[in-house]
Amino acid sequence: MNELVALGKAGAAVRKANAEGRGALVGYLPAGFPTYDGALDGLKALVDGGADVLELGLPYSDPVMDGVTIQRATEVALAAGLRTRDVLSTVEKIAAYSDVPVLVMTYWNPIERYGVDRFAADLAGVGGAGLITPDLIPDEAAEWVVAADEHDLDKVFLVSPSSTDERIAMTTAACRGFVYATAVMGVTGARDKPSALAEPLVTRVKAATEVPVGVGLGISNGDQAAGVAAFADAVIVGAALVNALGDGGPAAVRALTEDLAEGVRREPSAAAGR
Amino acid sequence: MTTVLPDQFGHFGRFGGRFMPEALIAPLDELTTAWREAMADPAFTGEFERMLRRYVGAPSLLYDATRLSDAAGARILLKREDLNHTGAHKIRNAIGQALLTKRMGKTRVIAETGAGQHGVATATACAYMDLECVVYMGEVDTERQALNVARMKLLGAEVVPVKTGSRTLKDAINEALRDWVASVDKTHYILGTAAGSHPFPAMVRDFVRGIGDEAREQSLELLGRLPDAAVASVGGGSNAIGLFAAFIPDADVKLYGVEPGGEGFDSGRHAATISAGQVGVLHGARSFLLQDEDGQTIESHSISAGLDYPGVGPEHAWLADTGRASYRPITDAEAMEAFRVLSRTEGIIPAIESAHAVAGALDIAKELGPEATILVNLSGRGDKDMDTAASWFGLADKETGRE
Repeated sequence: MNELVALGKAGAAVRKANAEGRGALVGYLPAGFPTYDGALDGLKALVDGGADVLELGLPYSDPVMDGVTIQRATEVALAAGLRTRDVLSTVEKIAAYSDVPVLVMTYWNPIERYGVDRFAADLAGVGGAGLITPDLIPDEAAEWVVAADEHDLDKVFLVSPSSTDERIAMTTAACRGFVYATAVMGVTGARDKPSALAEPLVTRVKAATEVPVGVGLGISNGDQAAGVAAFADAVIVGAALVNALGDGGPAAVRALTEDLAEGVRREPSAAAGR
Repeated sequence: MTTVLPDQFGHFGRFGGRFMPEALIAPLDELTTAWREAMADPAFTGEFERMLRRYVGAPSLLYDATRLSDAAGARILLKREDLNHTGAHKIRNAIGQALLTKRMGKTRVIAETGAGQHGVATATACAYMDLECVVYMGEVDTERQALNVARMKLLGAEVVPVKTGSRTLKDAINEALRDWVASVDKTHYILGTAAGSHPFPAMVRDFVRGIGDEAREQSLELLGRLPDAAVASVGGGSNAIGLFAAFIPDADVKLYGVEPGGEGFDSGRHAATISAGQVGVLHGARSFLLQDEDGQTIESHSISAGLDYPGVGPEHAWLADTGRASYRPITDAEAMEAFRVLSRTEGIIPAIESAHAVAGALDIAKELGPEATILVNLSGRGDKDMDTAASWFGLADKETGRE
């Protein structure tokens, strides 16, 4: 695959950070939590604090990959009446606020219901960078791949410690932007200690692809981010930011983002020179 | 017809598939391989058959329900799955998957349950085969079904109340999947219905298809021919696919799935997924489901907890799409009337799930006429439903005791 094509928007942002000799920071918050406007403020704090890529969660009624923190946050958003179109308008407002690429992280059914091509067109239209699809594997993604390519969007699929080398090769070949490596066998949520499974997984992924590798699940502070940035191209943080926004508002998101941004800049960074 | 379905990716036409986290794909591949190898191994199938006969009580009777037939105006045969150990068809699947768990060398089982029937069946199979068992159950359901919680605990299972989402069956499935992602190296997830990601719809079908295989043979013995129609209730769809599988190649046997119409479509309170839902993806497969304009799952309603699920197995979606089977709703009130009729005419108190099938058969009898023979899957017994029935018919009130 042509590497320039596979980098897309999010991958270019990751490589720009790597060129500065550091890991990239990818921050997640769901739309509509704690309120529609409150989510916008949280996302702006993520940008201001130094995130290189944003992941905007599309709240869904049956989030099987999420732990309690994100489940509860997205329940709040849905209970307040958040619609898919509100997620798109959130993307539009954040894209107008900064050049940081915005990926929508979504379970598959809301996209299928909206219409895959129609969603891709509308997402591209509001300045979104692409999708992260935690319950869509490339095997089932033919329609999305066509729509994403048509509308010049990133396709971030996931790999896991349980993935075979064959599946890692197939999955990374389908990715554009970066590949999301889940650091643990489990769901989203802040964890106390780093996973021993992440580094061997990244090694296997890097043997298969030039696409940047982001590591997520369980990373919650600058020290952990520094540890992951030593072997991964990007560090993905979600539940800890959601907790920060819920407990301390945008100021807490800003403070945590700055801590994480400092973490991915610590020496020595193996991400340098990619 | 079905022998080629699903394809190697778990697709029944445009339905089915695997819409699951990547973390579970390799384990699902391993499960698929283990299941296919087991089903081709006479040692495994022989042991499964032995357990069905010596422990479950299979083959269940095919009962010529003459007084019900008089009331219906056509001949009705009841497949008496209510006589199985634990009182329903679900034990077949639980035993099959527990045996497969042992074969895979796993030591821990998780399961979801709504009303508690699948949880009890799984806890039973785990006690029988010495497996650790954890059952996820919506908090709302643990309160509604305290007796089944006690049963599972007595059988040695741990029951975990699920406190997120709508706190019912679909959330119990979500929580079981979350457990499984983190524990899959030593844990098997015994899904309770013929739905979910491949290989579950096909695997569960194969473990329960004895219902139809037995009934087909018993019909030939009793009638010298096949019945004109086969009828079963459909929630997730395991008892129905278990009955239908044997008859799908018999084009002359009409197949009818009876969906829970709840309080009627106009009320919005129902669980008739095929009759009133749209195509979408839930719990790992593409099928019909109850969803809103944005693809958010809508909570279902049925007086029968076992049918109260907003999705349906993908093979049923395919059977509906191709026209091989037809699906129709039966309301809570119609099901309860059939519950009463069967109790009074045959001395058989059915599960409310199965009462839906009986109600459907009473309608179908009128359509097919007096010469027709209709096979009905009496998938479970009604003991668990006596609180609901007592309150529906006013039987708790000492003075009445009316019909």
